[in-house]
Amino acid sequence: MATDERRWERFDRRRRLSRFVLAMVAAVAVIGSWQFMDIGIVRPETIPREVGDLLTRMYPPDVAYTSRIVEPLIETIQIAALGTIGALVLSIPVALLAAENTTPNAVTFWLGKLIVTVSRSVNTIIWALFFVVLFGSGPLAGAVAIAFRSIGFLGKLLGEEIEEIDFGQVEAVRAAGASQAQVLLYGILPQVKPALVGLSIYRWDINIRDSTVLGFVGAGGIGVQLFRAVNAFAWQSVATVLLVILGVVIATESLSAYTRALVR
Amino acid sequence: MAAGNRTWERPTVFPARGVKWAVYAGIVGFFIWSGFGVGADPGRIVQGLGSAVSLIGDFLPPTATPRQAERILDKMLESVAMAMVSTLTGILLSVPIAFMAAENLSPKPLYAINRGFISISRAFNAIIIAIIAVKAIGFGPLAGILTITFKTVGFFAKLLAEDLEDIDMGSVEAVRAAGASPVQTLLYGVVPQIIPRFAGLSVYRWDINIRTSTIIGIVGAGGIGSVLLTAFNRYDYQYVTAILLAIIAVVLVAEGVSAVVRRRYN
Repeated sequence: MATDERRWERFDRRRRLSRFVLAMVAAVAVIGSWQFMDIGIVRPETIPREVGDLLTRMYPPDVAYTSRIVEPLIETIQIAALGTIGALVLSIPVALLAAENTTPNAVTFWLGKLIVTVSRSVNTIIWALFFVVLFGSGPLAGAVAIAFRSIGFLGKLLGEEIEEIDFGQVEAVRAAGASQAQVLLYGILPQVKPALVGLSIYRWDINIRDSTVLGFVGAGGIGVQLFRAVNAFAWQSVATVLLVILGVVIATESLSAYTRALVR
Repeated sequence: MAAGNRTWERPTVFPARGVKWAVYAGIVGFFIWSGFGVGADPGRIVQGLGSAVSLIGDFLPPTATPRQAERILDKMLESVAMAMVSTLTGILLSVPIAFMAAENLSPKPLYAINRGFISISRAFNAIIIAIIAVKAIGFGPLAGILTITFKTVGFFAKLLAEDLEDIDMGSVEAVRAAGASPVQTLLYGVVPQIIPRFAGLSVYRWDINIRTSTIIGIVGAGGIGSVLLTAFNRYDYQYVTAILLAIIAVVLVAEGVSAVVRRRYN
């Protein structure tokens, strides 16, 4: 018998071949990419030194600068909060359109999907560029940008939640003679409420991080101060701003994790 | 019995009903205060959205002269190339960091340092990192690669470290008990347990990196972002739309590829 010649192998030949091809494609893509960019690094050993040099110049952080960033910091938090609540309000109809079981017809379904896709594919900073043109520079443009970016995120995830609901309850509410609005309020909303709260808090957490850079395109927040300091090469002030951002982000992340654990 | 007088009340997460209303009032108050803070009066919003309608006309139809189209293609390829290279460098760097940031495999001080590094990488938006990278090593895709690599390490090392913390220590003990050296223990006891998630996470991060690489050009770190910012600054809005469509297309393709690969290899 030839059984003793057989060896155990984890994958059959086809799987192995496809894995090999995939790895090869990835390798070629990476090597090709590097060559395409044509980066002539004359002295690669200088890179860590340059970065290290910059970090040294940041130390010690300029504590006196803290007083100048309190106000922009509050503005950042306000932008994130308003953007999130605006997105929440706007994303509910979008979610209803993008959920297969609540959308009226195929056209509205694809409309919902389109809104979600466009909103998600365009980065906050690009939305901000756009709204600065509309509203002029300032925090309002930032808040609207944050909202437009978040609609897709909330609409998509909320839509998925709505698709998972127990439709029997909706039927029951409708059978009891409820109007469309009442079906929404008593049949659908209670089922997705925990997800609604959890997702909004999660998105608020992300929005805090996103709104720290809005200042670069003139859309308000702590970014304005950060970029001013960077352009003035005031590295010690930059360090202060970075530390403050780090603190705020970590605080909101823990707050968000705590609250989400509460509603779940 | 007083049961007849009792009415049902919905259970709530708050310790008392008073606390609940206080929290709600606080939240509403915060939003009103924020509204004044950012100057969001309804008149201005309506006015802005009104001008949006007329401005939409300026953005349509998307147009790009042949030279502009060539520039979009060239810079878009640069974005994708940046994402490719930095996904690889980021993952290579995050493997050792993940091992050092796994509570069950790493001594306490090392664990704390690496967790700190991961937190820093995750806390800052890519744009902030990119600005600093550009100031440190100059304009161009190299700054972008550095940025995306740094962001990749934070994400990848965190998730990988969490996977490592969840591994079955029994099989690690077994390999060690069979007389394996520390390196062999790692290779045969730990690595096989995390490999399956590895492929999926890599492709997922590659997808995110494509998105990031299309915007960091705004601060001069290479890729299509610089073209977009220039077009905005020149009020060439039809060109802006063309660039945006190109970005959306690339992002969607990357998302599709990532979804397919993750479904097949997870």
